[in-house]
Formats: sequence, C-alpha cells, structure tokens
Amino acid sequence: MSNVAIADQPDDSHHPKTFITKYVWSQDHKVIAIQYGTVAIFVGLIALVLSGLMRLQLGFPDSFSFIDPSAYYQFITMHGIIMVIYLLTALFLGGFGNYLIPLMIGARDMVFPYLNMLSFWFYLLSVLVLLASFFVPGGPSGAGWTLYPPQAILPGTPGADWGILLMLISLAIFIIAFTMGGLNYVTTVLQARAKGMTLMRMPLSVWGIFVATILGLFAFPALLVSAIMMLLDKTIGTSFFMPAIISLGEQTGYTGGSPILFQHLFWFFGHPEVYIVALPAFGMVSDVLATHARKNIFGYRQMVWAIVAIGGLSFVVWAHHMYVSGMNPYFGFFFATTTLIIAIPTAIKVYNWVLTLWKGNIHLTTPMLFAIGFIFTFTHGGLTGLFLGNVVVDLPLSDTYFVVAHFHMVMGVSPIMVLFAAIYHWFPKITGKMLHKGLGKAHFWITFLGTFAVYLPMHYLGFLGVPRRYYAMGDTDFVPASAQDLNASITVAALIVGVAQLIFIYNLILSLRKGEKSGPNPWNATTLEWQTENTPPTHGNWGEHSPVVYRWAYDYSVPNTLEDFIPQNIPDEAVAKESTTSKSRSQENGDKS
Amino acid sequence: MKIAIAIILLVVFSVAFHLVSPWYLPPIASNWQAIDDTISLTFWVTGIVFILVNFFLAYVVIKYRKGKQERADYEPENKRLEIILTTITTIGVAAMLAPGLLVWDQIIAAPEDSKEIEVVGQQWQWSFRFPGDDNKFGKVNNQFITVANPFGINPSDPAGQDDLLVSGNEVHMPLEQPIKVLLRSKDVLHNFTVTQFRVKMDLVPGTVTSIWFKPTRLGSFEILCEELCGIGHFAMRGRVVVDTPEDYQTWLNQQPTFAQTQDFTAGDPLKGQSAYMICATCHGQKGEGNAAMNAPKIAGMAPWYVERQLRYYQQGIRGKHKDDMFGQQMAPMALTLSGATSVDDVAAYIKTLQDIPVVETIQGDTKRGMSLYRTCGTCHGATGLGNQGLNAPRLANQHDWYLKRQLENFKQGIRGKHPHDVYGVQMRLMSRTLRDEQSIMDIISYINTL
Repeated sequence: MSNVAIADQPDDSHHPKTFITKYVWSQDHKVIAIQYGTVAIFVGLIALVLSGLMRLQLGFPDSFSFIDPSAYYQFITMHGIIMVIYLLTALFLGGFGNYLIPLMIGARDMVFPYLNMLSFWFYLLSVLVLLASFFVPGGPSGAGWTLYPPQAILPGTPGADWGILLMLISLAIFIIAFTMGGLNYVTTVLQARAKGMTLMRMPLSVWGIFVATILGLFAFPALLVSAIMMLLDKTIGTSFFMPAIISLGEQTGYTGGSPILFQHLFWFFGHPEVYIVALPAFGMVSDVLATHARKNIFGYRQMVWAIVAIGGLSFVVWAHHMYVSGMNPYFGFFFATTTLIIAIPTAIKVYNWVLTLWKGNIHLTTPMLFAIGFIFTFTHGGLTGLFLGNVVVDLPLSDTYFVVAHFHMVMGVSPIMVLFAAIYHWFPKITGKMLHKGLGKAHFWITFLGTFAVYLPMHYLGFLGVPRRYYAMGDTDFVPASAQDLNASITVAALIVGVAQLIFIYNLILSLRKGEKSGPNPWNATTLEWQTENTPPTHGNWGEHSPVVYRWAYDYSVPNTLEDFIPQNIPDEAVAKESTTSKSRSQENGDKS
Repeated sequence: MKIAIAIILLVVFSVAFHLVSPWYLPPIASNWQAIDDTISLTFWVTGIVFILVNFFLAYVVIKYRKGKQERADYEPENKRLEIILTTITTIGVAAMLAPGLLVWDQIIAAPEDSKEIEVVGQQWQWSFRFPGDDNKFGKVNNQFITVANPFGINPSDPAGQDDLLVSGNEVHMPLEQPIKVLLRSKDVLHNFTVTQFRVKMDLVPGTVTSIWFKPTRLGSFEILCEELCGIGHFAMRGRVVVDTPEDYQTWLNQQPTFAQTQDFTAGDPLKGQSAYMICATCHGQKGEGNAAMNAPKIAGMAPWYVERQLRYYQQGIRGKHKDDMFGQQMAPMALTLSGATSVDDVAAYIKTLQDIPVVETIQGDTKRGMSLYRTCGTCHGATGLGNQGLNAPRLANQHDWYLKRQLENFKQGIRGKHPHDVYGVQMRLMSRTLRDEQSIMDIISYINTL
C-alpha cells in the first residue's frame, strides 16, 4: 500500500548522537533542507552582487574601469547560471522540497536519507567548483548562461580555457546531486505518505514539487549529455557541436558538428527548467494564499491537473527559445501553438488564486503580501510571454531587453516573491521563531515596487530594439539618448532592490536570535507540517505515532464549525469536540494589517 | 489595503507609461507591417486581461480583507465559472495565435522574385556577397578560408568567379525589391538584425539560414548582431543602405568580383619608391616616423593596412574631422598618389623597409596595462602583431605618442566616426573601455613591452 509509512514506529537507534551526524553529515531531511537553503541563498547573494555590477556598466557606461567587456560577459554568465540553477532549482527542490515533502505528507523522513545527504554534499561540491572558476586563469566563462557553442569553447570568449571546463564539470556534478535528491522526492511522495493521505488530498506545495521533480529527472539528463559532449569537443577535439569553422582568423580542424543540436538539447532541458522553478512556486503560493485568506483553494482538482498539464506541455514547447536560431522554420507553427496552449492552464491557475481570495477573510501578513505581489508580477510576466511565444511577435523582440524583462519578471521576480512568501510563512516551523513583521513589510515593499521599476521600463527598451547582452550601446541611430537615462534609472532601482535584500538577511539573523516565539501553528494552518509534536520538529518528525489523514488540505472556514480551520489529521467526529476547546490549541498571531 | 491601492496604481502607471513612452518600435522600413499589427493585437488582448485581473484582485483584497466579514465562504469548486473562464481564455489565445501563424506563413516563404544577397558573419564584422552576372552563387566552404580568400569560395567552381564581394560592414539594397538574405557564419553564431526591418535570423556556422523582407524606405539602417558572439559582440555593427534601384546598380557595379580579388597584382615597390619621396619628408627615409612632424612610424606596417588608410584619406573617411589636425595634413598628401596603382605601389615599397625599434616616451603601470590589453589582444594579437583576418593592424613597435593620440581620437570620435569607416565603429566602442587617461597610459606602456 502506498499510504503506509515505511517506518511507522520510531526507532531510537537511528537518531543521530553527535554534533557532526546531527548537523553536518546529517541524514535528517530538515537539516539537509536548511543546508541546501543556506548554500543556495549564499550563492544567490553572489549572483545578486554580479547583477549589480552588470547594471552599473549598463546604467553608467564609460565609468567603471574594472568592468571591461570580458568582466561584463563573465558577470552576466555567472549571474544567470547561478540564479537559475544553483539558487532557484536548489532552493525550491533541495530546500523547500526537502523540508516540506516528508512533513506535509506525514512521513518520518525521505525514504533514502543517506542518498539525501549525498545529494547535498554533491550540490555543495558543484557550487565550489563553479565558484572556483573565479580564481582560475582567464576567470569564469563569459559565454552567456546558455553556453552556446561554438563560441563557448573558443578564444574570443572570456574563460574559454578554464572557466568553461569548470562550468561544465560543475553542472554535471549538480545534475548528479539533483538526480539523487529527485529520485528521493518522487519515491517519498509515492511510497511514504501517511495513512489517509491520498494523492488528491496532498497540499498543492507537494504537488508542485512532485511534478517539478519529475520534470527535472527527465530534463536534466539532456543538459548532462550536452555538457559532456561539449567537454569532449573542448578537450579531445570531437565535433559534436562544432562544424568546420575558423577562429580569430585561423582554421580550427573541427568539422561536421551542429551548433543547433546543442540548442535543442539545452532548451529541451531549459524550458522544463522554467517549470521546475515555477511549479513548486505555484504550489507553495497556493498554500500561502489559502492559509492567509482562511479559505479553501479554489478549484483544487483543476489546480492539480493544471500542474500536471503544464508539466507535460513543458516538454513540447522548448523550441520557442529558438524561433530565430535557424532551425527548420516549419517548427515555428508547432511550437507557437503548444506555447500558447500552455498559457491556458497557466491562466486558470491565476484565476483560481484570485478566486481563492474572493469571499475570503484576507489576513495581510508578510507572506500574504508576497503572495499577492506574486499574482501581480506573475500576471505581468505571463502576459508578456504571450508576445514572445507567438512566433511573429518574437521576431522583433527576440534577443532584446524585452526578453530580459519578460523572463526576469516571470521566472526571476515571481518565483522569488514566492520564495520570500514561503520563508516568511514556514520560518516559524523551521526555527520556532516569527520573522520580524516591520522589517518583513519594508522588505516586501521595496522589493515589490523596486522590481517593477526595474522591469517595466526594460520592456520598452526592448520594443525600441536595444539588444540584450550588449556591453555598451555606443551610438546607434535609432536609440535616442533618453534610452540611456532610462537605463540609468533602471540601474538605480536595481541597486536599491539589491541593497534592500540586506534587510531580509538582517531579519533572518535577528529573528533567529531574538524573534518572538511562534508556537506550533501560528497561522492556524490545516496542513500536517503545522501539527507536529515539537516545533521545530525533531528527527523522525512525529514522535510516537505517525499522523493519520482524514481530509484534504484546505478545510478553512468550513460552515458550522467553531474554528475557521480543520487540520488534516482531525477526524470528522473530533471536529465538533475540537471546536469547544480549540481556543487553547491555537494561538492568535494578532496580525492587524 | 495598501497592497490593493498599490496594485491599482501600478496598473494605471503601466497603462500611462505605455501611452506616453517615447521608447517604442522605431518607424518600420520594410513590408512587415503585419508584425506590428500582431503586436498591437497582442497588446489589446493582454492589456485587457492585465487590467481586469489586477483590478479584480485589488477589489477582492479591499472587499474581503480581514475584519470585513465574520469568516470566509466555503466553496471548493464552481464548475460553471471554471468552464466559462477556460473558454474565454482559449478564445483570447486563439485570437492572438491565428493571425500570428498566418503572418508566419508569409515570413517563411520568400517570393519568387526575391533577390538573394549573402550575408557573412565573423567575429566581429560583416561582409556580403552577390551572385554576379550568372545569378548563381559559387560554392563555399569555411575550410577554403584564407587571408586571400576571406569568403571561403571554392576556387574551382566557375559559378563563384563572378560573385561580387563586399568586404566592408556596409551593404546596399534596392528599394521595394523583395530581398532574401542568405546567412552564413565563418566562426560562431551571430544574428542579422535590422531593427527597422522587424525580422531577424541567426547565422549558424555549418549551415545557411535565411529570412526575407522588402525594404520600403530609403535610408541607412544599422545592422546589429543579436546573438552573443564573444567579447566584441556589442561592437559587431554594420549598415544596410537602401537605395533607389539606379543608385543601387551604380554601387553594385563598383564591387569587385571574386576573380578580380584573386587576380590581385601586388604593387610594384620600385614605382612606389619614387612616390615615397613625398612621404619621406615627414615619415622619414626609413619610414621611422617623426615626433616633431607628428608622423607615425610606417616601416613594419602591413600593406593591406597602409592601403586601407591611404584610401580612407583619399576618400575623406579619415582626416576630415575638424579636430583631426594632423589627419588634415595627411589627407592632401594621400591625394598625391593619384595613379591607378600608386597606393599599392607605395604600400609595397613600405613593406620593403626595415623595421626599426622605437623609443619609449610614455610611462605607465605595465601590469595594469597588461590586464587592460586582454580585450585588445583578442583582435590585435597577444603580441600586438595584428591579424589581417580580423582587419586588426599591428600595434607593437609603433611610436607610443601616436598610439595614444589615436586612442584618444577614437574615444572622442575624431577618428572612426565617419559612416564609411566600417572598422572604425568597432574601434570607437572598444576605445571607450579605457575609461581615463591613466588607462591609456597604462595600456600603451604595456604595448611598449611587446
């Protein structure tokens, strides 16, 4: 039976005894999640600094002598690859996936704890290898995060000697780490659910993470093989991606390879990757919205099927990144159609989020602000996707700032809004402390308004025709001088947003040390992770008895009950009884806004 | 509450910004008005959705915020509402997609009467090829590429002999004539974009890609590379000049055929020697240069570079800027080389001159200069010997005061700003990576060590 937990009874002999096994070589999914999260946030901050440096050059060209073209291209490359893979993928799946899956489905841990531990250490290794490229001769790769050959491995591109090698090796190690973690998440969801936790009772967070992980397991191998093939092209002179070409005036000896093959492989990974990041975000934001609106998620079954449909469709849209790549132009018909079809389940999700709030009892807590902010930014970024997905509209906009603005809005800002919502929401469970409210709101407002100020104008630079990945525009007839002023204002906004993240880091540290005690369930949430015996939960999660699940995850404000939420592990007959004594169990968090 | 107001204001601001933004599609210069129309249509559909969804979101947040009602409603599903919303969304999506696909159908099929022009990309320059009188392109292969055959045309293919070759970054096209550009790369991926034409396509080494358009407006339009192609990516600029058919034909007739470029007779150094007498008054008998006369060293310069600069002076592409005092002295001198082959002859004579070491006059931080030079070295070579394949002249063993002045001239637009100085554009952008005078001193002191 899939719903019987593997180790229903706790077994003391497995509990870690020493500091090292508890916090360093830990096999506890919660510790591993925190390890993943900490490393991901750390590299994310590096990538944030890189984006600031890149914005300095774009906003104020001819001003900073340490940013030459090589450095600029290295900044954008490392910023992109770190943010997409080493921050977003790692934090959503390695961080929140690890933390939430066992707790939300009522398991004691992942089914393969040792593999889970290895996954983290491989991830850390991949990060270290990647960061090492800052210190090798020639510096990190400057090929752009898409690493398109031939240029990625040829002189003329910064880091074409050492940087690209370390980048490809690091990616391969990351994929090994992800595969170990991913197999674990999928197996755990399928095999370790608590009694009564049917698939259609799972919180949407778990659904999002589950489907995203399956996407990752299918998509990352495409990146792995292309990384290995490019390594061979670079090191032993094979020609997988290298046709007969010259390089800086010299013949190269490559012959017969196809650069477009790499692009197909890359985007066969790259497009599902967007949803590897987005689906966990969709799931987690659904749970945050329902909890803080005190209302069931609207259209739960539709939401689940939308996640599954988006996951499936995400494998047949990849070439919309390649409309102008020189691939067979007839592909344009197919990929434009599939791409616009994927907008339908995505739009349904947006409607359902708003309809979840409709007739709710909306508590404007910090996580809720980020979640509502997400609806706005995601709607914005999703709609601009309809421009780029439609092949003819993509022609003038492809490779311009419009693309940069679109994907930052949809897969940068939006998932990060959810990550912040999730951190403010689950921090009390992870640490037993509340995050500081005032600092949280300041962080929200600067981030929300600031990112809008960064990305809205950027779309219009794209319409104007300003190309992305340009170190400097110089003089171009059709670009008026005012475009540079706009670019400067974007830089100022970006720097403010960047610095404002220090408020968040400060809040994390301050609240961890001196934060108000949260109690087990400060938001009066229904899902299982809030019903643990201890907060933070201890190793094994559930004490004596694993929870038994009696209902779906969204019994908020059920009519004719005293309280406005019924946890998933409360049987129907206990609801009425619970309702008379419940005041003592739940704690008001007293949010007034 | 504040969040609801913020969302309303952001929506209003977005719409207002859209309406007043001076930053929008530059005026179109091709037949692809249909693309602009599809963009407008997409704006209408997405704009309405954007406004409705967010206004409704704001309304909901205001209406149902905490304290407005006892408790939330309990409504897990609403089949009817879900079906209505799905249907409306599907219609909206179809409304954008269908016209888009119809336009795409036109874009991928070039008309029968299209004129084919080949666009060749390399790091970080453009060149162009026309099929010549036989209306047939000769076969090409990157493995044929040499300094003498930069297009890689198969020398034994008769169809290639009359192909017209345009090596600068500038191409002309006739007005109102459908053009199918055949795109080919010699090294890495590039992308051919003329913003005003709206369409763009990658250049992929190993294959030939294409896109078609009909220029509908006279003028000179920039070609930008829009696929990252290395550190010079942002400096890979070119120009399409849209001419009347007559002007276009005149221009085309001036372009050399492949056979003519191969049948190149080197200049005669003996004839060049006598012409050089005038040059020697400033540049010295041995071509050693003369600081007092502001004349650079020309001994050791490659003939192809000498020839190009002399022609630039003759055609007013160099030495015309009002602040280029010394260039203005050089321009009339270059005009004295009036014979058909005199420029080549002089260049050939200069090639025979012994290279002489120069005296350093500039001190700087050589170590810092070395790190600054890594950008320059990509084209000019790690040892500064130049690279004809990239049209980059030699820098090593040139008078440092001359290098400094040229860098400053590029930086200030005194040199390289003329629209026909096709390689100068690139150097102008690159010179600006040297932010201040100290950087120039540092880099030149490093070049002195090469």
